[in-house]
Parts: sequence; C-alpha cells; structure tokens
Amino acid sequence: MLSPKTPETKPVKLSVKDVAFSYGEKKILDALTLDIHAERVTAIIGPSGCGKSTFLKCFNRIHEVTTAVKVSGDMLIDGVDIYKGGIDEIDLRRRVGMVFQKPNPFPKSIYENVAFGPRLFGVNDKVTLDVLVEDALRKAALWDEVKDRLKESASGMSGGQQQRLCIARALAVGPEVLLMDEPCSALDPIATSKIEELIMELKESLTIVIVTHNMQQAARVSDYTAFFWLGRLVEMDLTERIFTTPRERMTEDYITGRFG
Amino acid sequence: MRAIATLRSPSRAKHVDKLMRGVLWVIALGFILVLAVFVGAILHQGWPVLRLDFLTRMPETLEAGGGIKPQIFNSIYLVLLSLGFSLPIGLGAGVYMAEYAGKGRTLNFFRLCIETLAATPSIVLALFGMIVFVQTLGWSFSIRSGALTLALLNIPVITRVTEVSLMGVPRELKEASYGLGATKLQTILKVALPYAATGILTGLVLTAGRAFGESAILVFTAGTNTSAIFPDFRLTVPGETLSVHLWYVTSDGTLPDAREIAAGTAAVMILVLLILNLSVRFLDRAIRRRTR
Repeated sequence: MLSPKTPETKPVKLSVKDVAFSYGEKKILDALTLDIHAERVTAIIGPSGCGKSTFLKCFNRIHEVTTAVKVSGDMLIDGVDIYKGGIDEIDLRRRVGMVFQKPNPFPKSIYENVAFGPRLFGVNDKVTLDVLVEDALRKAALWDEVKDRLKESASGMSGGQQQRLCIARALAVGPEVLLMDEPCSALDPIATSKIEELIMELKESLTIVIVTHNMQQAARVSDYTAFFWLGRLVEMDLTERIFTTPRERMTEDYITGRFG
Repeated sequence: MRAIATLRSPSRAKHVDKLMRGVLWVIALGFILVLAVFVGAILHQGWPVLRLDFLTRMPETLEAGGGIKPQIFNSIYLVLLSLGFSLPIGLGAGVYMAEYAGKGRTLNFFRLCIETLAATPSIVLALFGMIVFVQTLGWSFSIRSGALTLALLNIPVITRVTEVSLMGVPRELKEASYGLGATKLQTILKVALPYAATGILTGLVLTAGRAFGESAILVFTAGTNTSAIFPDFRLTVPGETLSVHLWYVTSDGTLPDAREIAAGTAAVMILVLLILNLSVRFLDRAIRRRTR
C-alpha cells in the first residue's frame, strides 16, 4: 500500500478535469477534477445519492445504454478524451471493464460466461478460448473451485463465486482499468474478504476504481480515497491520510460515522 | 365510547382470508369442470369416428365414409406457411419496438397500430384478404391467399409477444454485455433474444394454435375445396383446413354422415391443440434449463 512517505511512481491513467454530469435538467455531478493512477486502487466513498456510482459509470459510458445524459468537461484515458471522439464506446468498454453491485452472470455455463467477451471480438478457436478462460478464472481465484464443472450453469454458484465469475468475465477481454461498483455489498464477510484479496492481486497489473459504502474496505484495499458529497469532490488523497489526517472537517465527520 | 369501532380485528381478517381462499378454489374447480365436460363431450362424440382410415382417406362429397386426410395436411401446411411469413416480420418489429424505437410518441403510435390490428375481428381480415389477394391480385381461393391473410392475424401477436419478452430481460444482463464491449446488435442476439426465447416460443405456439383453429379467414381466402392430389404443395390450389371443413360439412349438408365427420374433425382438432400445448411446455422447460 502506498504511504505518504513514498512518492507516486505510477503514471496517471484516468484524468478528470472540471467534469459536470446531468440527467436532463438534474445535475448529478459538478466541478470534478481528479487524477487516477495506474496500478493503484482508488476508492470512492460518500453517502448514498452523492453521485459516486454515476461517476464510476462515466468512465466506460455504460450509463448511456439506459439514459440520455450530458457530460461536460474532460475525461481522459491515457491522455485521450473518452467523450470527444478520441475513442468509441465499444473500444472504451473493452479497455475499461466493470463489475456491478449485484453479481450478474449470464444464464449460461461458467465457461460460456468467461468466453462471452473474447467471442465478441471474434475469438472462436477452441484452443485459444480454453486458454483465455482458464487464465481469466485463475486471475479471479476461481479456477480451482470450478475447473471440474465449467459446463454447469453459473446460476448454481454461490453469490461470492458469481461475483468472482463476473470479475473473471471482465478480465477475459484484457481490460486496463477495472471499475467496481460496491462489488461486495451483496456478499457475506468471507466472500467479501476473498474479493478484497483479489483486488490486491489484480492491482499489480490493473488500474482499479472501487465505489464502496464500507469504510473498512476502503481503508483495507485502496491506495487513494476520494470523498464525494452531493455530487462534488470534497477531498481526495492517499487513503492513509484520509483516514488519519483529513484536511476537511466533513471528511472526518463522515469516516468517523458522525453523518452519512 | 368506541372511537375506532370500524377497525377490523385481526381474527376477522384471517377469517376473510380463509373464506376468499375457499371462494377462489371453488371458482377454479368450477372452471376446470366446465373445461373437462366440454373436452369430454367432444372426444366422446368423436371417438367412434376416430379410426385410422378416417385420418388417411380422402373426403367424399355425396356418400358417407369420407376421411379428412387433405384437411389435416392443409391445416398444418397453412399454419407453417403463415408462420413463415409472420415470424420474421413479427420478430423484427418486436425487436425494433423493444430495443430501437426509444420511448415517446412514435412508439406509442406503433403500439396502438399493432394493438388495433391484433384486435381486428378476423372476419374483417378475411374480407380484406379476399379483396386484395383473391380478387385484386387474382390469386383466387388458394393456399397463398390463405397463408398471407393468416399471417396478418399472426403478425401483431408475435410482435407484441417479442416486445414484451424482450422488455422482461433484466437490465443487469444487458449492462454486463455492454460492459464487455458488446455492440447493441451483439447484445440483442447473444443475450436478450436467448433470454426472451421461452416467452417468444410460448407466444409462437399460442399463435400457431389460433391460426390452426381459424376459420373465417380461410373460408374467404383458401376456400372450401381441396386438391385431388395428395400431398399437394402447390401454393395456387385451394386448401380447405380442418376448421373450415368442420363448418362446411355441418352447414352445407350434402353428406349423410356430416354429424359424424364433424364430431371426428372436432376431436382431431382438440387433440392436435392438446399435443401442441403439451410439447410447448416440454420445450419451454428444456430451453429454460439451458439458458437460466
């Protein structure tokens, strides 16, 4: 974990400059500016309805699927703007994977769930798919549990396994960034700790942004923490500083449970 | 003083609950009874006629002892042909309405059109089909006139069933697909349609059942005669179906055994519909096991 004494060595992966975001007339996010570093875990915390999930979804434009939205300002991945024609949303979503709040495996076999992404991009060769599926399941620490029942339906798995399957599915297309929207909120403590271990392993090669309601989780897994309130960024810093010496009074009140 | 006398006591609510359960049970039982008597009567009357040669002989026009072989063939042939026309159109329209049309006035207008078409009495479609296909295009009473008019009956139902089934696909699944970089078409083909398949299939079979039993449309477009050749796959020959035959023999009255033939035909139709509905249950369960 990054500490205040060691300087940041990783480049900026995602950069947000003066971003505002609205559904119709309703402004959800406003005046956001922050940087997210590669191969670090950035946690986003804040009370319900503060816009943190919405913010997460901006990074892969998944909100566009269901709602007409307006985004202003700059959102960059590796210096390329993701809204102003630098990259289309299909390529973006392959590079920026997402894990949702509720495990949402497809009603298909375990194997087909993981193979779904590679198949979209034209990989149909059995040998290649086998390798990709095994690799993704190993990365998601699920291989040993499911290697003998790859043909079985994913709906027969436990909630924690389903969520790790969803992570494997996201990993199978080789993303650079993984967005996680409260990935443990539907899981028991044991399943949660498995996901947290996984996050620590995955950040070796991925940029991870995680929205969480769980302060301990943010403290355990993240390098940076951003605190959102009413659609604005109150404070972002190294997780260690946020949880020990926050600059803003509001941040302190929130993480100590005085409001929220 | 009893200030809140109108409040019901919990025990009374429980009694009402029990009573209602009983009432609903009796209604259900009564309905099943009516159905059983109805089907039983048809099968009972038809049973003596249901011999193999009744199913495999050509019909007679003046003497007793005719069969319904060509009518069985025509019924199945017309249903399949009409589904062949209406399935691509209905499926396409349903996918458009559920996934592409967006919300708003245009969609509501489309939906109104479809619902009106679905509610159009079949005799209206029958006369429309007769004017357009039989007379204007000069196709006379033929399989093609019948199949196309029957397709008009099917299209709105298939469209609506497809739309409703697609609406029932959980948003989470679509998000998962888009989140992996799938395009809209990929998401529809690989996630939404497979999930909606059981619903669409059920609707399709109900549509087939309705088309199978339809008479008004076919009296005016496919005619009340059959080809002398069997099996005759030509689209230009007239094609009397089972339900049309049922109506024709009882109303025309040249056959001495019209009553028996009608009873046998009705029994065959009921049995076919029963088998159709049972096979759908079976198929539905098989698909559900594989996709959910």
